[in-house]
Amino acid sequence: MDKVVSVDKLQRIAFEIRKNVILSLSAAGSGHLGGSLGMADVFTALYFHVMNHKPDDPEWEQRDRLILSIGHIAPLLYATLAQAGYFPVHELKTLRQLGSRLQGHPGKEHGLPGLEISSGSLGQGLSVSVGIALAAKIDKKNIHVFTILGDGELQEGSVWEAAMSASAHQLGNMIAIVDRNFKQIDGDTEKVMPLEPLAEKWKAFGWDCYECNGNNMKQIIEILNRIKNMSAKPKVVIARTIMSKGVSSIEDDYRWHGKAPTEDEAHRFIEELQHNNHGS
Amino acid sequence: MEAEQYRELKSTKAGFAQGLLEAGKINPKLIALGTDITASVGMDLFATEFPHRFISLGIAEQNAAAVAAGLALMHKLPVFSTYGVFSAFRSADQIRVSICYNNLHVIIGGAHAGLSVGPDGATHQALEDIAVMRTLPNMTVLSPCDATQTRLAVLAAVSQLNGPVYLRYGRSAVPDFSAPDQMFEPGKGQILQSGKDVCIIATGHLTWHALQAAAMLKKQQIDAMVINIHTVKPLDDELILSAADYCGAVVCCEEHQIAGGLGSAVAELLVQNHSVPVELIGVRDSFGESGTPEELFTKYGIDHASIFQAAISAVKRK
Repeated sequence: MDKVVSVDKLQRIAFEIRKNVILSLSAAGSGHLGGSLGMADVFTALYFHVMNHKPDDPEWEQRDRLILSIGHIAPLLYATLAQAGYFPVHELKTLRQLGSRLQGHPGKEHGLPGLEISSGSLGQGLSVSVGIALAAKIDKKNIHVFTILGDGELQEGSVWEAAMSASAHQLGNMIAIVDRNFKQIDGDTEKVMPLEPLAEKWKAFGWDCYECNGNNMKQIIEILNRIKNMSAKPKVVIARTIMSKGVSSIEDDYRWHGKAPTEDEAHRFIEELQHNNHGS
Repeated sequence: MEAEQYRELKSTKAGFAQGLLEAGKINPKLIALGTDITASVGMDLFATEFPHRFISLGIAEQNAAAVAAGLALMHKLPVFSTYGVFSAFRSADQIRVSICYNNLHVIIGGAHAGLSVGPDGATHQALEDIAVMRTLPNMTVLSPCDATQTRLAVLAAVSQLNGPVYLRYGRSAVPDFSAPDQMFEPGKGQILQSGKDVCIIATGHLTWHALQAAAMLKKQQIDAMVINIHTVKPLDDELILSAADYCGAVVCCEEHQIAGGLGSAVAELLVQNHSVPVELIGVRDSFGESGTPEELFTKYGIDHASIFQAAISAVKRK
């Protein structure tokens, strides 16, 4: 990808991606809006600035890998991949329909270009990334493995099995990004099952831990660029995001975790997006 | 084949260990994942020979299964083995989603299968693993009958198969009797003994017991066919249907729950195509317990005497 992209340009891309997330979910009639909008800035930064990849050669061996452990924000992954050129943007309207390559949760057997792995059952992605990172290390491949984790997902014990093994095997090629929006389906993460002190947990498991505003493009690219080649330790960025970021009327409302907008709502949300100076 | 003939007593685990070592020499992509019980599940020979291709992951089976998926995505050939009670259950979700849904070539070992684990008791006796693994799309389920065949099963899983494989094997020393020069063809049953009155279909350790039962039946003028099923999934439909048609009665034998195992698979096949009387030998909806393998086989009704009785019943129902 073209690495020389201004923050301003990235924000415009993030706007397009958010718009397409809203439209595809509205067409599908179901799906997860909140997290998809909340992480749009991080995905834009990754696919349009940070990651090494070739949309015209999805199986390029030297590409950085992105493992979406929270499969439910598939609409965001799809909208980002389409925006990057992996497949036509108009295909986003097939989300969740019979025969679509855009499954409700990512399904690799449906052959979507750019999709690394099926996911949807929480707590598995970090382990998959450990396997990829181990193989890259064995083969001396200079690639990075990005894993997108949800904060609620960190309640799964298997995440910490993976975290333990990543530091034990010194997988410095791993970068995990936690979508820290403090929300899960039942409400506030700290009420459902507290995660704090979260940074200390990661550090105790042998990871270098960083925090940033996950809806601030400048901060996101600054931190990801800084930590990419830093140490032999695996790295985690706790990205504080706002669920449904960009659509002010539903921002931070956990009820939009797993909901899709109606057609009317979609139009209203997109208008709100346009009036919103998001990402800065 | 004479029922009394076997070369030596040898665990199928030893066959797994030998097969893995040989496969490692042939295929440099092979990587073994250890979950603390490396020697106990027969991965020690490989780990000693190829220390750089052995990855220790500690007592964390869920992680190991999904790590295997990640390695396979990068074109490695991971082998992850632990006791079947753990590999098929503790990491079942990871096997389902990360391995099977992505149709990745990962070999999952299920060690200590069946009651023959003996004194360790119910928590360590895998009796439901076939049921779980054979319902997963893309999965191949191997359950070889002795050490010789287990070695060949590992080699076949490495070189002939391309998707997820669950390979079940045991701990106790059992007769090593299958032909050293046999071809191991995944998905193909083996007629070990021809016969016309009843067809005994067995898998794993119980294949040997089926042969012994057939010898007992012969003395009663009952001519039993014995088929070894080393691949529970995909099942050799053609062979089983023709054998059922020819003999008119079937007995299925496994060191596993009756629910969901080989007997279920055979019954599913027959009831949809060619119904004949079927008797099922297996554990009947209960946990195992401590004891010697022999004591447990008798108590739970899966020894050769039980197979003999089941065959008599099946013939009577014709």
